[in-house]
Amino acid sequence: MQAIPITLAIDVLNLSKKYGDVVAVDNISFKVKQGSVFAFLGPNGAGKSTTIKMLTTLLVPTNGTVTLNGFDVAKKSNEVRKNFGIVFQDPSLDDDLTAYENMELHGVLYKVDNMKERIEQLLTFVELWDRKNSPVKTFSGGMKRRLEIARGLMHHPKILFLDEPTLGLDPQTRNHIWNYISKMNREDGTTIFFTTHYMEEAEKVADEIVIIDQGKIIAQGTSTELKAKTKTNSLEDAFIDLTGHDIRPEEAPKNARMRAWHGRR
Amino acid sequence: MNTITILWLRQLKKYFRSRSRLIGSIGQPLLFLIALGFGFGPTFQAAGEGNYMNFLAPGIIAMSILFTAMFSGIEIIWDRQFGFLKETLVAPVSRYEIMIGRTLGGATIALCQGTIVFFIAMLVGFTPNLVMLPFAFVFALLISLFFTAFGTAIASALDDMQGFQLIMNFLIMPIFFLSGALFPLKDLPEVIYYITLIDPLTYGVDGLRGTLGAVTQFGLLTDFTVLGIATVITLAVGSYLFSRIQV
Repeated sequence: MQAIPITLAIDVLNLSKKYGDVVAVDNISFKVKQGSVFAFLGPNGAGKSTTIKMLTTLLVPTNGTVTLNGFDVAKKSNEVRKNFGIVFQDPSLDDDLTAYENMELHGVLYKVDNMKERIEQLLTFVELWDRKNSPVKTFSGGMKRRLEIARGLMHHPKILFLDEPTLGLDPQTRNHIWNYISKMNREDGTTIFFTTHYMEEAEKVADEIVIIDQGKIIAQGTSTELKAKTKTNSLEDAFIDLTGHDIRPEEAPKNARMRAWHGRR
Repeated sequence: MNTITILWLRQLKKYFRSRSRLIGSIGQPLLFLIALGFGFGPTFQAAGEGNYMNFLAPGIIAMSILFTAMFSGIEIIWDRQFGFLKETLVAPVSRYEIMIGRTLGGATIALCQGTIVFFIAMLVGFTPNLVMLPFAFVFALLISLFFTAFGTAIASALDDMQGFQLIMNFLIMPIFFLSGALFPLKDLPEVIYYITLIDPLTYGVDGLRGTLGAVTQFGLLTDFTVLGIATVITLAVGSYLFSRIQV
């Protein structure tokens, strides 16, 4: 009998990024199966966002290869870009445009079919339809976040990258959004790759977890395996056991995240 | 709608929604026209050079196009800072399309700006020759395209906001003051004259001046050729630098 080949959504091999002498990502390799929910965890400054930038064609790696749904990120960047959607950690909306215009711009860039219906559906889902004609600069942080998520989902990506997607959202909204993302994963087979500092989120939804610290992968497995390995009862305890208790230094402009991080501890 | 159109439209919407930018971009040229036009007019006339307002207005139109176009190009720095640039860079469209959409948007705004200043100048005494107006429009378009692409090229190579002041002081201002926008190029000291020759805006100002009724220094064909070639080169270099941006 012939084995059915399992296509990988993401295949990362010996990936590194150096800035001068600083090694942001240090020779990491991992695989993400199609249709899985994959959590990429690590303390601040561990190299998560740098890795995501390399996976999503925004940054050229110093070393190593990345393959997304069979396409080499370095050689077939346009094919790769058709395959994924991303919700960035930092805002990436145009504040001068309205919510609707931001969605429309995305729809045109990605050639989304039935764009109007799709925009209405998603803006209704994130409860921004009645604010569709307001400029984004009048939105609160949480509203912007919801709009970014709606936009990232718009073109039915096969792989969805979510870099701290629920940061700054209340529990109701977080729950609402995770339900939708889980549904996409179940029904459309969308592969989910996400980072978060909410360990209970990762524990609840992730099939597979990778923990990165100081640019290196230090642990990998299911939530159950990581807890068993560290003899702890929750993923949060396992995470702290693996990465230590020290609070990580961070760049100045991102101090908002730093405060959020302190607040949770 | 396609990528180029939607990015072009975005630039226009942003421009017409920013009231402070609109007012500022009208106020400054008006001040220059009034202060310099009426201030130097009598001396210029007495020196036998003719009507200074007719000489100055094309220079001020070129100035407002220069400022608006460069600013639109440099807006990439803002888009990078506030994150929007990433949204376009991960999209499955070629970076050349993004660059073209942005550049056409910036150039269109600059053209609108030049047109507004043209009418303002007429209000304060500018009497242009309207026969050559379509040709003046071609020169205005070339200046707009050149400086939007130039701003894009520079902003693509920079990665922070600090660069902006530097560009403003050491690039835009010299380009403006050394272009002959305010004074005739003939009879200049030799060194200054050769410096003005390497300033691309010099040919834009001269072309505008020639088509709007005053005398040209180099002739319209030379102006068109130099500016045209410079624009093509700058568009190519700008596209290349833009295509290599990493976030």
